Amino acid sequence: MADKSTLGDSLRRHGVSRRGFLKFCTATASLMALPPTMVPAIAQALEKARRPSVIWLSFQECTGCTESLTRSHSPSVESLIFDHISLDYHHTLQAAAGDAAEAAREAAMHENKGKYILVVDGSIPLGDPGYSTIAGISNLQMLEETAKDAAAIIAVGTCAAFGGLPQANPNPTGAVSVADIITDKPIINVSGCPPIPTVITGVLAHFLTFGSIPELDQYNRPKVFYGQSIHDRCYRRPFYDKGLFAETFDDEGAKAGWCLYKLGCKGPMTYNACATTKWNQGTSWPVESGHGCLGCSEPRFWDAGGFYNALSVPISDNSQTVAFAGAAGLALGAAAAGINFKEKDAAQKAHETVTIDDLEKSS
Amino acid sequence: MNEPMDFLIWTKGTAFNIAVTIFVIGVILRLFEVISLGRKQNLAEARGTEFGPGMKTILTRSIPDLGTFRRQPLTVVTGYMFHIGLFISLFLFVPHIELFRATFGISWPGLPTPIVDAAAVLAIVGLLAGLWHRIMNPVMQKITTWEDWLVWALTFLPILTGYLAYHRLVNPYPVILGLHILSVEALMIAFPFTKLMHTFTVFLSRWYNGAMNGRRGVES
Repeated sequence: MADKSTLGDSLRRHGVSRRGFLKFCTATASLMALPPTMVPAIAQALEKARRPSVIWLSFQECTGCTESLTRSHSPSVESLIFDHISLDYHHTLQAAAGDAAEAAREAAMHENKGKYILVVDGSIPLGDPGYSTIAGISNLQMLEETAKDAAAIIAVGTCAAFGGLPQANPNPTGAVSVADIITDKPIINVSGCPPIPTVITGVLAHFLTFGSIPELDQYNRPKVFYGQSIHDRCYRRPFYDKGLFAETFDDEGAKAGWCLYKLGCKGPMTYNACATTKWNQGTSWPVESGHGCLGCSEPRFWDAGGFYNALSVPISDNSQTVAFAGAAGLALGAAAAGINFKEKDAAQKAHETVTIDDLEKSS
Repeated sequence: MNEPMDFLIWTKGTAFNIAVTIFVIGVILRLFEVISLGRKQNLAEARGTEFGPGMKTILTRSIPDLGTFRRQPLTVVTGYMFHIGLFISLFLFVPHIELFRATFGISWPGLPTPIVDAAAVLAIVGLLAGLWHRIMNPVMQKITTWEDWLVWALTFLPILTGYLAYHRLVNPYPVILGLHILSVEALMIAFPFTKLMHTFTVFLSRWYNGAMNGRRGVES
């Protein structure tokens, strides 16, 4: 439950020094493209921030987002921010089960009416409520109920933000995103499969500092993290521009770290912070490890063409279409040519030679 | 929220299938038609040969002619600018080559992107200057038909949208990439039924011109 202690108290209890805390504030400011003059303001606001109540609803998801957010970092100030929030309801992480768990959700909703943050991961099935239920409550009903009195909603992961993998063609469950259902609340989409942990702590820090949501892009994603494409920030970009591409995953080009475009990298259409913040405490990220970007932070990435096909390649295999169209064209062309030859032949046969005498006679 | 991506997926899927089918059937059909019709039989007595002058004209008509250049410099300059620019951006941009490889099974090496980018600008400027020439020049006004406007627009849009997509000047990105692909599909569908077919018949018609003149004993 949300208690009265501030984030400052909590951090001190965990042995975080003032210096460490200010370092975190500076890093947060730079991460969110805020001027350095904002650092004291951030520090002051975070210091005094009360523990916000967070209700975390998991619908049609794989728990990858929770795994990413809770386990990818060793204990750090970021994770303490995460610890600091009062996670009042989360299937995977909470100790309570069954009726007790649902009671915790209802109590948190009731006590923090209009103030709690709702985090959703997973998509919501509209095809049949029975496809995904929690304690006998359908995902749709639980989302509508819980969203009603939330201050803001954070849709974590591509499933909650855009429908994600459950929505992949043919979308058997009729999966939709949070924004498809809730239209009267501020929604922050933190897309990715899974999203970068720093991004969610950044969004939470912003919310705690300013009491508002960060500037969002067309897909309601925080611009500071999703403002630039992977392609534009990729360290392999110079190879793309020079025309140097890996043709297979083990050729000389791949070993030399050339561009992975031809191997299916979706970096040019993907907007995320992987190329700059990297993963696992800045260790690496997919392209650095030699695999193209899958485009996981974009809507319908699963249906947007084969993962190992270049971005410019059509979605379905067109070689057959081209072969059939070519055969049809040949057949029709041959028929047309046949008719043309016949007509020309007939015209030639019907041709009569006319002499000057003939013309004089007829005039 | 997903509409831009739905649009991109449609242009890369269903729409591309339709466009490529019409394009392939149409082009092959038209080529058969053009070649099988040939020219009307000339019954007059031949005063020269056909083959040699035909081949020679393919070459001479492909290099700028000083007389034409003096009379209509813009026609010559914009024509070369646009055609060279379009050729480089269409055939030597690596993502396009990957598309040709996936669709027709053939590929070739590409050029670095800054060169392709410059070529696209060359093509855009060439096309705009050509349009200005077409609007301003009295002779061009008289001989311009609605098909010329259509073909100009169908050629201009893919280059413009391609440039905008490459430089990410329109957000969200799937919208402009989808518009680029859609504009190319419009071009592909109109291709077999308009003067765009000259792409495939240009050398053939140059040969015919040379051959006809050669038969008459006229230099071309």
